[in-house]
Amino acid sequence: MIVKPEPAVQETNNIYDVYRIREDFPILKTKVRNKPLVYFDNAATTQKPQQVIDTLSKYYNSMNANIHRGVHYLSNIATDAYEDARIKVKNFINAASEKEIIFTKGTTESINLVANSFGKSNLKEGDEIIISNMEHHSNIVPWQLICNEKKAKLKIIPIDDNGEIIFDEFVKLISDKTKLISIVYISNSLGTINPVKDIIEIAHKYDIPVLLDAAQTVNHKTVDVQKLDCDFLAFSGHKLYGPTGIGVLYGKEKFLEAMPPFMGGGDMIAKVTFEETTYNELPYKFEAGTSNIADAIGLGSAIDYITSIGMEKIFVHEASLLEYATQKLEEVPGLKIIGTAKQKSAVISFVFDNIHPHDVGTFLDFEGVAVRTGHHCTQPVMQRYNIPATSRASFGLYNTTEEIDTLADSLKRIVEVF
Amino acid sequence: MIDPQLRELYQEVILDHNKSPRNFKKLETANRTAEGYNPLCGDKINIFLDVEDDVVKDISFQGSGCAISKASASLMSTIIKGKSVEEAKKLFEKFHDLITGKLDENISIEELGKLAVLSGVKEFPMRVKCASLAWHTMLTALKNESKTATTE
Repeated sequence: MIVKPEPAVQETNNIYDVYRIREDFPILKTKVRNKPLVYFDNAATTQKPQQVIDTLSKYYNSMNANIHRGVHYLSNIATDAYEDARIKVKNFINAASEKEIIFTKGTTESINLVANSFGKSNLKEGDEIIISNMEHHSNIVPWQLICNEKKAKLKIIPIDDNGEIIFDEFVKLISDKTKLISIVYISNSLGTINPVKDIIEIAHKYDIPVLLDAAQTVNHKTVDVQKLDCDFLAFSGHKLYGPTGIGVLYGKEKFLEAMPPFMGGGDMIAKVTFEETTYNELPYKFEAGTSNIADAIGLGSAIDYITSIGMEKIFVHEASLLEYATQKLEEVPGLKIIGTAKQKSAVISFVFDNIHPHDVGTFLDFEGVAVRTGHHCTQPVMQRYNIPATSRASFGLYNTTEEIDTLADSLKRIVEVF
Repeated sequence: MIDPQLRELYQEVILDHNKSPRNFKKLETANRTAEGYNPLCGDKINIFLDVEDDVVKDISFQGSGCAISKASASLMSTIIKGKSVEEAKKLFEKFHDLITGKLDENISIEELGKLAVLSGVKEFPMRVKCASLAWHTMLTALKNESKTATTE
């Protein structure tokens, strides 16, 4: 049985009806101190459409059972729905096979899986892993841990003042010791869209596999893993208008086949005796224990939702929001945008010389505007720009230019107070 | 224009101390120092103390942080100067009660003097750490522990 959500948008023409789309998100009707909520914290997590909420509710109301090996009715429909969600993910990123789609609890676990499994079996003393200066902590710390264990080294691609990686420096870092390149596709704090296709092309000339952290990408633009030819790709469901606690690791079959399991337990085995255990086939080898069944199905529903609107349309809408917001925020006296890459996603980090981001955040909260303030789990980015923190407005498919006006007007008032 | 509750948090005195913090320098005569760090927001502060015969003869601070943490450090520096170590510790207890809403305002707010302007913090649990970072760091310095104080 397949859980089919209601079609998200009745498209009668080519117009992107953001106001109609907003109707799908009940939380957007929230009032904050009698002011309409302006939700600009989408890079932290996105809100969920009614279709996803209904799917979760429907699963627990009428389908809940443990999956695989069950002989009873509920177990069968739960298994079908779970595996159907995997196919939706496979189609969404255009993977070659559903064997290459592993459900995890999020991007962090996906990267840790590769670091522990691929890292453990491929790294030896003196080997090198390449990451960039703009990584989220989740694409730094797992590599540090495994590098410490294996006495391997972490090499960092530097970034320039605009927040773009310095490509020549990246090329120089590659050596016969490089075992993997793990890089963020779109930076969560700078918005930079990295030239991942060029990176992968060069890496593959040297037979080096590439992992893409696509947590901030799959919700903003079409990702085709076969076109990109990336070897691994990690993302989270909750930044894709889906539930928390579910994520995906895509890996090319040849790598996943060769990699040892990350966790041991039920479901990931073929045969267990006390002398020896043989592992289950892909993708189950990497899904030990009872999976997050409901949220995987919820993620499938989120993918249906996004697909029904159309990723290309979402991309165009968000690009126009970015352009509008950049122009509006540049009009705010004293505001400086951090992250001015030519290729940028709908994320704007900004600072003031004399107003700390936390004060900005508190003032904006009183206007109903939700932004994130802090280091955004990218402390090396803050160190690179010699700033303690930024305020960050990140946009999603349901945001409007009127909301950006509210942000800009509020910021102008804050400047007057300080 | 500004919401009254927000104005209560960001009183003029606080904005003034944020703009021109008092005793904002390195103290050359310091015999006790400590670094404070709030890992959640990246706020950093260095406290310098000149303590003689259990009395804080001089105090200064440096660092970066939000208006609340900067103003709190600045106000603390003006009020601690000349106080005994014991008085400073007691003052922090009272101050902490004030910003966490545990203080009976009628009884003891006078003793806090200018620090009372930070009472608005009690309505903002997320900002208690901002207001208390300087104090935690000052106490660490008093103990002459050469480690980093955190708000955690």
